[in-house]
Amino acid sequence: MLTILFDGIAYGMVLFVLACGLAVTLGLMNFVNLAHGAFAMAGGYVTAVLMNRYGVPFLATLPLAFIVPAIMGLVLERSLYRQLYARSHLDQVLFSIGLVFMAVAAVDYAMGSQQQLIQLPSWLQGRVEVLGIQVGLYRSFIIAICGVLVVALQLILSRTRFGIRLRAAVDDPRVARGLGINVSMIFAATFAVGSGLAGLGGALGAEILGLDPTFPLKFMIYFLIVVTVGGTTSITGPFLASLILGIADVAGKYYVPSLGAFVIYTLMIVVLILRPQGLFARAR
Amino acid sequence: MAAALETRGLVKRFGGLVATDNVTFRLEQGARHALIGPNGAGKTTLINLLTGVLAPTSGQIFLDGVDVTQMPPERRVQRGLARTFQINQLFPAMTPLETIGLAVSERMGGGRDWWRVTGSKREIVDEIVEIAQRFRLTDVLDERTSNLAYGKQRLLEIAVAFACRPRVLLLDEPAAGVPEAERHELLATVAALPRDVSVLLIEHDMDLVFSFADRISVLVNGALFAEGTIEEVSTDPRVRAVYLGENVDE
Amino acid sequence: MHADPIAKSAPPPSTADLVRRSLVRKGRWGVAEIGFWAVAAATLFFLPERHLILNEIAIIGLFALSLDLILGYAGIVSLGHAAFFGFGAYTAGILAKHGFADPLLGLGAAALAAALLGFVTSFLVLRGTDLTKLMVTLGVALLLGEIANQASWLTGGADGLQGISMGPVLGLFEFDIFGTTAYAYSLTVSFLLFILARRIVVSPFGLSLRSIRDNPLRARAVGIPVSRRLVAVYTLAAAYAGVAGALLAQTTQFVSLDVLAFHRSADIMLVLVIGGAGYLYGGLLGAIGFKVLQDILSGWTPQYWQFWIGLILVVIVLVGRERLTDKVGALWPRSRTRPAGQAQVLPATPAREV
Repeated sequence: MLTILFDGIAYGMVLFVLACGLAVTLGLMNFVNLAHGAFAMAGGYVTAVLMNRYGVPFLATLPLAFIVPAIMGLVLERSLYRQLYARSHLDQVLFSIGLVFMAVAAVDYAMGSQQQLIQLPSWLQGRVEVLGIQVGLYRSFIIAICGVLVVALQLILSRTRFGIRLRAAVDDPRVARGLGINVSMIFAATFAVGSGLAGLGGALGAEILGLDPTFPLKFMIYFLIVVTVGGTTSITGPFLASLILGIADVAGKYYVPSLGAFVIYTLMIVVLILRPQGLFARAR
Repeated sequence: MAAALETRGLVKRFGGLVATDNVTFRLEQGARHALIGPNGAGKTTLINLLTGVLAPTSGQIFLDGVDVTQMPPERRVQRGLARTFQINQLFPAMTPLETIGLAVSERMGGGRDWWRVTGSKREIVDEIVEIAQRFRLTDVLDERTSNLAYGKQRLLEIAVAFACRPRVLLLDEPAAGVPEAERHELLATVAALPRDVSVLLIEHDMDLVFSFADRISVLVNGALFAEGTIEEVSTDPRVRAVYLGENVDE
Repeated sequence: MHADPIAKSAPPPSTADLVRRSLVRKGRWGVAEIGFWAVAAATLFFLPERHLILNEIAIIGLFALSLDLILGYAGIVSLGHAAFFGFGAYTAGILAKHGFADPLLGLGAAALAAALLGFVTSFLVLRGTDLTKLMVTLGVALLLGEIANQASWLTGGADGLQGISMGPVLGLFEFDIFGTTAYAYSLTVSFLLFILARRIVVSPFGLSLRSIRDNPLRARAVGIPVSRRLVAVYTLAAAYAGVAGALLAQTTQFVSLDVLAFHRSADIMLVLVIGGAGYLYGGLLGAIGFKVLQDILSGWTPQYWQFWIGLILVVIVLVGRERLTDKVGALWPRSRTRPAGQAQVLPATPAREV
């Protein structure tokens, strides 16, 4: 029981790291970026390729799994995404679905359609017993890393100059611009960091979520659930939503496998009907 | 005789902010009534309460003696309460002809009609023509609304509301932003509105208020501050102090 | 120079006549339209070896037409329109499998079932922002997909629904292996439903839908019961999609989970975007374009044609959908409002609640 809870938390943490960038893009730009998962996939593949082809150790690949998608995000934001901020949601949806399709096909072409296996270093394998609970080492590692990331993000957002500017821009871009904040640069930087985090999440989660070319499509709904259910006004909302989703999904698959994803989708629809602004957002 | 539009003890609070403060107000049948007040006085909130876009915290609204407080906006329109918007709210991709035709056929209960072509009924066509002529839109009926000159768009804004055959018409700054050259045409059509339509004019422009209205209400901080004939209000020292002062002394 | 002496001698038409003519003109069929359907009918006789793919085109066209009703006319963005398509397909397929082999019966049942589902789910779509609408429509489709996957006793699950055998259409026309009956059947059904849709969009009801799409705030202010109209059109579009799904099930005699998949909803959006939304022919032309593209691209790079589809989407959006559809619209003068000179005098209407 507690093991399931533990696994669920690890799963939820990964989901949060994957989705928090999307929460910011959506909240900040009101931009519906369905291609967010493509950046996550990029991170996963960076790690997989470096490890399996070049024998780079797992830990050493993680910074690159962040940096490569971040650079991709930055380039795409400056070149393409930026032009679509003012467009209708329909345009944004079409555009980002297009990107997803391209990413899926391109990765399939370059890497093949099979699952990518990541050989974890031996010190991360296996389980230990802590206080009578079977705890996976890798899951603990994930919780630790993601926990540090969550705290760091929260600190950056609440304490640093950048965080304050970002929150100002989220609250009201026009006023922020009036205060001399370079909103466009903040968008670009945030987009890049969000993509980078997604990539890191993809790398960390490859072992748990699996990694193949359809990754962005398979998990799109999960990211969107995290963001819509959690709301986009804070990072606590998506964080709690990720944990709930992670635990519910793991528990659901364990106890009632026949219902599968049924529970999750139903929950999401119910939440969205009752609280269209998200579970943890202040209602407007 | 019941007032055309009446509010009793109308209150709207947003959290701690009182946007509408116990407003009790009568718009008489056939009135030409102006509602003025400085920015932030709560004029927009009051309109939204009257039209049903917002629900009041407390108080009641009567339309021709009928309590409409709980009625959704579209039902109030069907009962004869129409409004224009301070910022144009038109259908950019439709023509004025379609826009007016929409309002007319909707009023005649045609909105549920999904089989006949719009305009196949004689009385609808006649009424479109009448409205188009009244608001001087006959030349531009087939243009795309987004391509019309601003003054024409402003006229269309009133024409759509008028096409709902209202007994009460709320005009929200009808002349706002209209260039001088097109202004005369607009004011003439407003002045020529039939007398059986009661009009509440929300306006900043004192020239327009004085030329159009016979009664004035002044709204300050969400509450009715003063009310009376033009004469009474414009000589009221309190009103001059808080509001008219800067305009009159110009 | 009097090029047209008759016009000069006749009394000038009154404004009322002009108004009536201008309004009623939209209801009339243009030459290009009649031509389009004439060509479609001709393919029944002249392209016998292509009837299987033409059948698919007719079905996709009908499906896209149903999306056009809610997206192009009422402005509802849906990421889960396949829910209704799939629901109709399974309804028709399951009926046929259990001995109700009459195609029209299955079609009617599928339309009813999908309409019912549309009616119920429409209330979910009325609330919230574009994003919540996207999520809810997507969620409903995924939910149905999950149910179809789990209820394998009814749907055949991942193996698909097999063993469908259809009776002859109207008791007269047996389905043949060349797809000729199938195509004739799908084309006729699509045509009839098209005529209905075309009537609807030029009616006052259709006009009120366009007004809601353009500016819901103002639509409400002219007395239009916005929610009720949206429920009505969503239900109608669901029924259309259900019929399209039923046609697929009946003419291919097979239903798989694929009918409810996300890529169905995405593909149909692409179809509509290729053809252009908001003038009814977009779905049909888009279906042709989509199939032709699919044919060429998958011949070229069989596995990776999705890449090119994605690229097309991206390019279409970057170039601007409006500009593309306006070009098509210019070739189709009667069915669209002319976008003469793009002087945007209107401020970008903030159609939010005041």
